Amino acid sequence: MERYLLRNIENANSADIEEYEKAGGYQSLKKALSMEPKAIIEEVKKSGLRGRGGAGFPTGMKWTFASADPKFPKYLICNADEGEPGTFKDRPILEKNPHLLIEGMIISAHALQARYGYIYLRGEYPQAREILENAIKQAYEKGYLGDNVLGSDTGFHLSVHQGAGAYICGEETALIESLEGKRGQPRIKPPFPVNVGVFSMPTVVNNVETLSNIPYIIEIGAEAYSKIGSPDCPGPKLYSVSGHVEKPGVYELPMGTTLREIIYTHAGGIKGGKNLKAVIPGGISTPVLPADKIDCPMDFVSMPKHGSMLGSGAVIVFDETTCLVKVCWRAMKFFEHESCGKCTPCREGTGWMRSVLERIENGQGKDGDIDLLLDIAGNIAGKTFCPLGDGAAVVTMNFIKHFRNEFEEHITNKGCIQGTKTA
Amino acid sequence: MKELDTIKEKYPTTRAAILPALYIAQEKFGWLSPEAIEEVSSTLNVPKALVRGVSTFYAMYKHKPMGRHLIQLCTNVSCMIFGAETLLELLKNKYGLEPGGTTEDGRFSLVIMECIGACDRAPAMLVNNDFHSNLDDNNITEILEKYK
Ligand SMILES: Cc1cc2nc3c(=O)[nH]c(=O)nc-3n(C[C@H](O)[C@H](O)[C@H](O)COP(=O)(O)O)c2cc1C
Ligand code: SF4
Ligand code: FES
Repeated sequence: MERYLLRNIENANSADIEEYEKAGGYQSLKKALSMEPKAIIEEVKKSGLRGRGGAGFPTGMKWTFASADPKFPKYLICNADEGEPGTFKDRPILEKNPHLLIEGMIISAHALQARYGYIYLRGEYPQAREILENAIKQAYEKGYLGDNVLGSDTGFHLSVHQGAGAYICGEETALIESLEGKRGQPRIKPPFPVNVGVFSMPTVVNNVETLSNIPYIIEIGAEAYSKIGSPDCPGPKLYSVSGHVEKPGVYELPMGTTLREIIYTHAGGIKGGKNLKAVIPGGISTPVLPADKIDCPMDFVSMPKHGSMLGSGAVIVFDETTCLVKVCWRAMKFFEHESCGKCTPCREGTGWMRSVLERIENGQGKDGDIDLLLDIAGNIAGKTFCPLGDGAAVVTMNFIKHFRNEFEEHITNKGCIQGTKTA
Repeated sequence: MKELDTIKEKYPTTRAAILPALYIAQEKFGWLSPEAIEEVSSTLNVPKALVRGVSTFYAMYKHKPMGRHLIQLCTNVSCMIFGAETLLELLKNKYGLEPGGTTEDGRFSLVIMECIGACDRAPAMLVNNDFHSNLDDNNITEILEKYK
């Protein structure tokens, strides 16, 4: 497939506005400015684009809600928090193709009649910050940003807001709190951000990759776009592949490419010719899949039917030598660390699960510990304020569901037969 | 904190400038000392307790003095399976560095990171603002030697 999101990134100067223009950049913006805002929203709806941040919400629908709210000014926020472990797909756009994102944001702002925009960028990407700020400066100088975008009546002002190392701020309402200068704890919904978002105004939050698809939809039209990849969930998709593969990296493929094809055809198969044991298909918060369950189309609609989720499209591959109890423990350590503390089941449950996993891995597991884990997970699932707690519960349940034997062996053998321990 | 005037213009409320202001103060004082918090509070005209309350939520704001160079080593899953933990051991043996600690000579501080988005080049770390990846026992010491 011809690459769109990663077009031109081999060019060492791809982040420069002149290079971007030479490769056809900002043409979609010119076209979009001649369209009525409502017509752009219709086009995005017809394209079938779903948000790439993890939940797969239809972008056109979100925009319709925000557009229908009579309050102004409206805000457009790009979620560049990219904190889900295993995920590094937004990074090449931010660092190598920043003008694609900026062009996508200006078109979106025109469609939504949003006057102000922020890119909420994770604190761990200091290079991306410099590159984005420079790109924004260039876009102002060329008249793409400002009170009159390319001399039109549309005005859009954009800046970068740097996060400070809290995973939960990737959740959109926590992100909004953080942007307002508060502790990043999720808000109760409703009201939804499309009505009462940042600074109490209608706000659209979209992922970097989502917004970077907008110029493409305008360029080739919704009809052609909707024919790429899965019918229910079309478009190009960035998959970030890490772990035990020969060629880890970010791959732009049609949405719905199977997990098997991603691992074996694109990422070069399992490192060192070893056998595959398990895959986490969509970032650490998505359910693990065993080696015989990888013939699943990687899109938002298909993955739940195959026992997992697309999440952020972050594929983490484990070969036959990996201790999965330890992987599960490390995942839980992450959830415990990142729990914002707002609700008890998540705050207490993640720490408790981590400590039980720790003793199983270190050879002090007791009979009944596996059921204890399932019991704790059951008491978290569905009882938390935001999906982080749910994620922690579902992750544990699925490691046990597919690899219960391995947990049992750890308890009977008083430790990991591979000799691993927790750090 | 003159930079703050341009930053404040980006937001409709002064409070929204707290996060960027904390970064600037941290840069200036090395950590969020009581003076740093005081400066953010008085420049933005928001109560000190509020500024402190916000700052403690975020892992990248430092509430104690740090070494000259901050090592931020990722130990999340993709880095763990490629040996991030042996790097931790090495930092402990060679420099006496524990997670959350600082060397006696004040040269390095070490912080454990969750994923830093370099999983395809695992294990990875940030030293100050520089990324280093594909680390192993040999190259990590070579890299760290450059930070005096
Ligand atoms: C705990 C948690 C972390 C999240 N982290 C991110 C993130 O880092 N980046 C992102 O784009 N969305 C993240 N999301 C999803 C956002 O809440 C939101 O759905 C998304 O930004 C909407 O954009 P989209 O419709 O374009 O996907 C996270 C959600 C949760 C619950
Ligand atoms: S589920 Fe966890 S992260 Fe989400 S609001 Fe509750 S405590 Fe915070
Ligand atoms: S897990 Fe270490 S960089 Fe992603």
